[in-house]
Amino acid sequence: MENLISLFVESVFVNNILLAYFLGMCSFLAVSKRVDTAIGLGAAVIFVEVITVPVNWAIYHYLLAPGALSWAGLPDVDLSFLGFISYIAVIAALVQLVEMIIDKYSPALYSALGIFLPLIAVNCAILGASLFMVEREYTFVESAVFGLGSGVGFALAIAAMAAIREKLRYSHIPEGLRGLGITMLITGLMAMAFMSFSGISL
Amino acid sequence: MSLLSKKNMGFLKDPLMDNNPISTQVLGICSALAVTVQLQTAIVMSLAVISVLSFSNVLISLVRNKVPSNIRIIVELAIIATLVILVDQVLKAFLYDISKQLSVFVGLIITNCIVLGRAEAFALQNKPWPSFLDGVGNGLGYSMILIAVAFGRELLGSGSLFGFQVIPDAAYAAGYQNMGLMVLAPGAFILLGLIIWVQRTITGTVAD
Repeated sequence: MENLISLFVESVFVNNILLAYFLGMCSFLAVSKRVDTAIGLGAAVIFVEVITVPVNWAIYHYLLAPGALSWAGLPDVDLSFLGFISYIAVIAALVQLVEMIIDKYSPALYSALGIFLPLIAVNCAILGASLFMVEREYTFVESAVFGLGSGVGFALAIAAMAAIREKLRYSHIPEGLRGLGITMLITGLMAMAFMSFSGISL
Repeated sequence: MSLLSKKNMGFLKDPLMDNNPISTQVLGICSALAVTVQLQTAIVMSLAVISVLSFSNVLISLVRNKVPSNIRIIVELAIIATLVILVDQVLKAFLYDISKQLSVFVGLIITNCIVLGRAEAFALQNKPWPSFLDGVGNGLGYSMILIAVAFGRELLGSGSLFGFQVIPDAAYAAGYQNMGLMVLAPGAFILLGLIIWVQRTITGTVAD
């Protein structure tokens, strides 16, 4: 249990998927202009991460990994090269499924998330979390905690950024630096601030 | 229409400066930062992206009139993922050490917004050859920024280029120190921000 808590804290703060691994930057830059939409996207990312990482864990361990097909009498088969295409298919399909479920049972949430739901399919943070899960050899429970942690980390970073950018509108910035340039510099400062968490050990 | 007419060369040259995928179109930033601690990994990553981008543009352009538009995203993702698997297998076979260093970021070319972005914005409306040039051009524009960031980070962060030490020992003896921040994530963000500033001042792009 302790190990899981420390994994969670680590993936939210110390190894924040956005500020330490640069994943999900595209939507981070595009959707961080307003706090409420940023929080909506953050919530959607948490939701999809929590489902896709464990599902991809199961796919990797029961279908793709070397020797994973031994339950089907094929112990010598190694399908791990099919990883990328299966993960992205799972993610795209799950995002579609989640979209339909939310649309049916909670139309209010659906219209709040709007265009962000389908866009999550091509968010690097989602695929990245699945790939890290394979590379770091997490167990099933760890992969679920890791998915939750990286989703929360992403949501935290994007909400903070949106809050800063709302205030930024009133400041006088050199012309060439406006927009993307200043956003990158602020992200750098935020990453520096998050690095101070790396002293924490649980 | 000749293969290298002025219009076609425009597709190739435009993304290098005026319409750079990273600094102007804001596409593909994720991977641009993670692989730039060293020049070597940045160059391998650039080559991987150029090859995936140009071939995915060609293939998507070839099937553009046959795929119904409501399933096009999944078709595009399948094409891109197949190409990325090929690149990944080639890297694993011939450049194993570098592919270990790039770790998950080769796989993340699939969700690199440049590839899907150019497929949607260009390859779906154009013939294969202009699409190929557009892919190569955007790939080169991406590589340019990637290599500029990697150059700065490796020089300032480890005092070397391509793994060879370029800052003389005498400088270290006189008290010069490598800038540890450049190796870490914040250095990448700040350096990219400054490069975008310079680039936008030259091209005169002003964001709202």
